[in-house]
Amino acid sequence: MSETHRIAGVAAPLPIGNLDTDQIMPKQFLLGIDKSGLADGLLHDLRFDAEGRLRPDFVLNRPEYRGARILLGGANFGCGSSREHAVWGLQQAGFDAVVAPSYGEIFYFNAMNNRLLLVTLPPEQVQVLMDSVAHGQDKRLTIELGEQIVSTPQGDEYPFDLQPRQKRMLIDGLDMIAMTLRDAAAIDRFEAEHWQVRPWCRVDIARTRARKRGAGLNSVRSQGQALSSEKER
Amino acid sequence: MAAQTLYDKLWDSHLVSSRDDGTSLLYIDRQLLHEVTSPQAFEGLRLSGRKPWRLDANLATADHNVPTTLIERRAGVAGIQDDVSRIQVQTLDDNCDDFGIELYSINDLRQGIVHVVGPEQGATLPGMTVVCGDSHTSTHGAFAALSHGIGTSEVEHVLATQCLLQRKMKNMQVRVEGELGRGVTAKDIVLAVIGEIGTAGGTGYAIEFAGSAIRALSMEGRMTICNMAIEAGARVGLVAVDQTTIDYIGGRPFAPSAEQWEAAVAYWRGLVSDPGAHFDKVVELDASTIEPQVTWGTSPEMVVGISGQVPDPADAESDTRRRGIERALEYMGLSAGQAITDIRLDRVFIGSCTNSRIEDLREAARVAKGRRVASTVKQAMVVPGSGLVKKQAEKEGLDKVFIEAGFEWREPGCSMCLAMNADKLGAGEHCASTSNRNFEGRQGYGGRTHLVSPAMAAAAAIAGHFVDVREFDHTPAPQALSA
Repeated sequence: MSETHRIAGVAAPLPIGNLDTDQIMPKQFLLGIDKSGLADGLLHDLRFDAEGRLRPDFVLNRPEYRGARILLGGANFGCGSSREHAVWGLQQAGFDAVVAPSYGEIFYFNAMNNRLLLVTLPPEQVQVLMDSVAHGQDKRLTIELGEQIVSTPQGDEYPFDLQPRQKRMLIDGLDMIAMTLRDAAAIDRFEAEHWQVRPWCRVDIARTRARKRGAGLNSVRSQGQALSSEKER
Repeated sequence: MAAQTLYDKLWDSHLVSSRDDGTSLLYIDRQLLHEVTSPQAFEGLRLSGRKPWRLDANLATADHNVPTTLIERRAGVAGIQDDVSRIQVQTLDDNCDDFGIELYSINDLRQGIVHVVGPEQGATLPGMTVVCGDSHTSTHGAFAALSHGIGTSEVEHVLATQCLLQRKMKNMQVRVEGELGRGVTAKDIVLAVIGEIGTAGGTGYAIEFAGSAIRALSMEGRMTICNMAIEAGARVGLVAVDQTTIDYIGGRPFAPSAEQWEAAVAYWRGLVSDPGAHFDKVVELDASTIEPQVTWGTSPEMVVGISGQVPDPADAESDTRRRGIERALEYMGLSAGQAITDIRLDRVFIGSCTNSRIEDLREAARVAKGRRVASTVKQAMVVPGSGLVKKQAEKEGLDKVFIEAGFEWREPGCSMCLAMNADKLGAGEHCASTSNRNFEGRQGYGGRTHLVSPAMAAAAAIAGHFVDVREFDHTPAPQALSA
């Protein structure tokens, strides 16, 4: 997110509904223990064929979309797996924003926590933007975060909504953990009361360990019991 | 007080504070950790010099990335041949050691798929909030636990604060009334539900599954249903507490102690939606009309009954939908109007957090017993959900049933559900899979996944193509050993 709260750049249309995070970041790129190297994995199987050759027709491989900062996507973008690697990969590949009719919920939270802007517009408006980018000479779009407007080079404007928290995260770049820890006293108070009312919610590993001799057998046994009482269909 | 839904009750009982931006801080009782989505969270803690808020709330096991062949498993973590995978599994062990988190390492009898292990150990209890860096955390809602799949930033947030920032969801009830036909299972119910409401139909909702058909299910069946709530877009799936829930929990390692048991059970019995509670959306299905389901496309909503055909894009109600079907048919190598029973299988996978519990294996073994996997099927594998499931299955002789029929009997892990390890499909191969996602490339580059129940997968392995398990001659169930 730039300091001016404006994202301006080439927008790439990717008109695929239900584009899941498995496709955005395939599993072979989830093996790392840090966040690096994920630009290579972004939309890998769409960018490359089975032999690892570039698919020249794929939108991100075409020269006119080189350096794209905005991705125009289909409905339910980012559904499926919770892998945050999908968001990290989009950002590492240079994307600052996605514009789509709707998003998978976990992807939505992951994007917010990493300050990747997700703009939600009605499907017909996303389609108009895709058409204008695909057929126009000028492939750029501008997103003004402050005014919450997407605009085309022709001057067409599309206002969008943002949740207050989303906007604050994007603009202020808050450290969410630090913010929550400001409520540490409230969490302590909650915990004390919670455990009084619902003591079994207080997991006690030491107590469990003490009971653990033969613990595995216990659970197998009760599994057997649960099944012996199961009704036959 | 106004009538509340189960979700409302769970939300209210974990609400720490509400903020003016519409978000709330929710207290988290239990976090489950695995090797793929936790290393960056632990690293974040180290970099910021923070400590976990409450160690005992965490439980870790390696599942996504572990090999499932005995030969690779024998030497533990050090035996993992792929260097990058080994480092990731080792990193989970190291992080748990460093921070002091309870871990079921690769060859611990209790190791397994995190969503099998949690309930099996009693680590998931009714009335708890449960999170895990995995979208299928919705599984634990079968115990009336409010369970969210979260991303890695949130894993770190929960480690550090024991809280999750959330917006309250809307309430949806999916009511399935009536009796399931013979050979029709929980998996078929949930696939039919997703076919009905669509893969984004539950977005923004917590779905409570209710009705006589849900109440008649075992905990294993309820877990299968809640597991796939996320495939309908809902991060949260729930089933109310009843005697089945309570019976399952008794005696498990993390279950309440004897002195807490009665009070816990009394509280749990209240974890049901009140009569007259308001649901923003209600969906009703008649269980008796549900056929065994098979997915034909690349999204779980692309599903049809076994007697059905692959749809014709020309019949689609919108252009977007038509393009989606065309794209899926091309990827799947299927043609419009093709009978589902004409789809031939190259591989069969029985496993995953959806269907790798003891009941699932019994269901598949019942079909496989005394039969042989078709010679045209290259590989049929059974991957138990945990070491304890494996042990129980072996006690009942299910491993022998599978092996004699020509199935491979593997070590526990996520395996071919997401193909992070060596278990994967080749390009163009069709697979009958008991897992949860038929996305493009999910089970391997170019792989073609068909989601089905364990019984349907076993029947397909034997026939070499999809068959209606209801017409498949059933042999008697292998007897479960009594306790």
